[in-house]
Amino acid sequence: MSTRIRESLGQEMVLTAAVAVVIVLLSLLPMLRLIKEIVAPGGTFSGMAIEAGLRSPATWIATWHTLVVGVGGTLLAVLSGTLVAVLVTLTDIRGRSALVLCYVMPLMIAPQVTALAWLQLFGPASPFLKLIGAAPPLGTKNPLYSTSGIILLLGVQYGPLVFLLVRAGLRKLPRELVEAARAGGAGWFTVLVTIVLPLMTPSIMAAAALAFVSCVGNFGIPAFLGIPANYLVLPTLIYQRLAGGGPAVLGEAAFLSVLIGVIAMAGILAQEVMSRRRDYRISSTSLPAEPYELGRWRPAVQAGMWLLIVVVLLLPLFGLVLASLVPGYGIALTAKTATLDNYRFVLFEHDAASRAFFNSFWLSIAAAFFAVLVAVPIGYLIAWGKQRWVRLLNLSVELPYALPGVVLAIASLLLFLRPIPLTGIQLYNTVWIILYAYLARFLVLALRPTISGYHQIDRALEEAAQVAGAGLFMRMRTIIFPLVAPAAIAGGLLIFMTALSELTVSALLWSSGSETIGVVMFSFEQGGDSNYAAAMSVITVAVTFVLMLVTNMLAAHLPSGVLPWRD
Amino acid sequence: MARLTLDHVTKSFADFDAVKDVSIDVGDGEFLAVLGPSGCGKTTLLRLVAGFEKVTSGEIRIGSEVVSGKGGSVAPEKRRVGIVFQNYALWPHMTVAENIGYSLKVAKLDKAVARQKVADALALVNLQGLGDRRPANLSGGQRQRVALARCLVAAPSLVLFDEPLANLDVHLRASMEDEFAAFHKRTGTTIVYITHDQAEAMALADRIAVMDHGRLAQLATPRELYHEPANEMVASFISQGILLPADVLSAEVAGHCKVRVLGTELLVRCRPGERPRAGARICCRSADLDVSPDGPGLDGLVKRVIYQGGAARIEFTSSAGPDLTLHFEQPDPVMLEVGAQARLCIKSGWLIPAAGVAS
Repeated sequence: MSTRIRESLGQEMVLTAAVAVVIVLLSLLPMLRLIKEIVAPGGTFSGMAIEAGLRSPATWIATWHTLVVGVGGTLLAVLSGTLVAVLVTLTDIRGRSALVLCYVMPLMIAPQVTALAWLQLFGPASPFLKLIGAAPPLGTKNPLYSTSGIILLLGVQYGPLVFLLVRAGLRKLPRELVEAARAGGAGWFTVLVTIVLPLMTPSIMAAAALAFVSCVGNFGIPAFLGIPANYLVLPTLIYQRLAGGGPAVLGEAAFLSVLIGVIAMAGILAQEVMSRRRDYRISSTSLPAEPYELGRWRPAVQAGMWLLIVVVLLLPLFGLVLASLVPGYGIALTAKTATLDNYRFVLFEHDAASRAFFNSFWLSIAAAFFAVLVAVPIGYLIAWGKQRWVRLLNLSVELPYALPGVVLAIASLLLFLRPIPLTGIQLYNTVWIILYAYLARFLVLALRPTISGYHQIDRALEEAAQVAGAGLFMRMRTIIFPLVAPAAIAGGLLIFMTALSELTVSALLWSSGSETIGVVMFSFEQGGDSNYAAAMSVITVAVTFVLMLVTNMLAAHLPSGVLPWRD
Repeated sequence: MARLTLDHVTKSFADFDAVKDVSIDVGDGEFLAVLGPSGCGKTTLLRLVAGFEKVTSGEIRIGSEVVSGKGGSVAPEKRRVGIVFQNYALWPHMTVAENIGYSLKVAKLDKAVARQKVADALALVNLQGLGDRRPANLSGGQRQRVALARCLVAAPSLVLFDEPLANLDVHLRASMEDEFAAFHKRTGTTIVYITHDQAEAMALADRIAVMDHGRLAQLATPRELYHEPANEMVASFISQGILLPADVLSAEVAGHCKVRVLGTELLVRCRPGERPRAGARICCRSADLDVSPDGPGLDGLVKRVIYQGGAARIEFTSSAGPDLTLHFEQPDPVMLEVGAQARLCIKSGWLIPAAGVAS
């Protein structure tokens, strides 16, 4: 083999090897470690952990609760999300982009912030209810501390998720299918029930599966609403066990986290089975159907939609802002009592809180930055590479995000409880273990838009650089990165927004000194300092909102569908 | 500048042979067109030469160096070939000058020298002063010229054109054709030009390689392809040649032999050494056919008359072979009408060599 031929192979092999190492470290290793803990704790094969877990009644109660709120939340999310998707996509309703933006907004807000906002709205200390003089007497139980409260908020949180998927499906519906039914004499409602919704079954099923996985894995909402009512689901049960028992109960926690994983997977499998029962494939592509004219119903439907937005978005946020301005629990908010002291306190005076802002910001920036950097080469190999096994690795990058966050958190704990072999570096009880978990969990958020970015680029652009003599790294730097950068960076911003107020993972991995915003918010709320928690929430929501606006400026350079809130 | 040699090159994807046992020798400074219907393997051939695909078997040499073969494959960036892509592949995030100067930047050329070379290349394609524009602000023809300049500036040993005119409108095509011809004359570069357009290939190329289902059907000059097609595929593909069954009656004498076609005997051109045989075929061009109401010829029916402005294309079937359609042109005033009886005379033709006889 001539030297020129050998040189040609070098850079691609280096890139492939580096990508493989990253994926193994971030995706395969934690999952394998978790499975090992269940099947063979301590290195020998044993069913002990499984048996102990199965015998505990707490396991069964929490599993039942998880299923109840999971199924309930999913149903509510599917019903509301599909209804909104149909109204927004198929009718001539006005102000569509604004509606989409507002309706999808709760998805960008952390679940525990949603929970906190709603709690502030309805509790006996609610500044809002006090404002309108409708507050129940102090000491009354907040109606949201209940099963139905959890289900309601899960539905509010993940309705937008269903909305996005169903809307994407509806937009691909060819108008001929609708027009043929109309020509056959069917009215609009008949078309909707007999043609549109049946054809949307795969989208709705996929959305339902995703909502189910999100509901059973959700920590923030059942933590804020369930723990005070002693209503435990699996993620909160794990949290309580670990908070009480520390690393000693890791084996049991591992079993419980795998149980959540199994429930989530069962949801996905059920969707697969349901979707395969009939042929729903749409073969033709065409323009979307003409919007249905609502006629005299339009003002009513529009008013209804905006009322929904007010209820699920504006009122809770309003309640949150009011709560952040109240000087203390139960005090009525007036022009005289309103204060910014809570903000001053969490930003500058409370050590853990200000540390948390610092930690969460740099963790989010680091995770976003790393993910963008890694997503470009991984996306390159997945979208344009020739090796098939790399595409399989794509699945393993999806895994840590597809599974509930608790699963990954426990896996990270197991992986780094002891110092890393050979180096002796200790990640457990430091902020680095959180960074590791963020990298593993959120990488896919940057990878997906990057891959769709690659699919939009003409490969000839790279080949032109290749014949101009540029090696792989040179092409990456001068041609490929500039071209996919908008998509990758948008993904990075999504990661930043998601990681900034993240709670599920950090609640299990934090230690003194490495608090995150989510963790401190949670401990404020548990300690009864809702006002401080509200102030922190308002700050993160504001940051998120500003970032959404900034990201919108990238929109012209992005493949469609990268920014969920953009129509 | 270098010669390009393809030596029994085969490329298979899974169980499908995109290129089968193709051998082509392109001389130094030659302009070779690779012509074929879509799916014939011509684009795969180009990608093999450029190095984007690896050969399954066989060998590709540029100059005296083996670039693809059993030992492996030299990466595209090390082959010093230039490509003009069908959709230009100009980098949208760079200006025209940056696009053109990219290969110089990669080669770490001195900046002042590179700037001069870019200016020269811009001048060569008549785009002086457009160096600061973005590709998005250029017309189709201008983009094509930028692509040409970009590939020129690196002084490649070999330039590949991948259907460069397919995206341009008709009148722009003619002027770009002139420009490519001028470019070849000026630089003397070896060129491999992929196209599905016969007129383009005929107008530009020194030789044309006709591809069919991954195989090389014929490699010859445009004139030879037209007058002496090596097989039925080339005969019918080039200028819609008419294939007629024939029996060879006499051995070749002075490049001609006697054949019987549809019951009439005539003299056609043929390869040296042809001997009498049955089941042969001849290829006629529409120019070889003429109406001859009085003389000898084929009697038959006019099936269709398609007026094309100034002349009509007449489709005709002879009563001796009702399944065969012969077509020819009749200039105005067009006398023949659909359903009319006519007598047609075949003035000349080419006896297609028996399969498996090498040219």
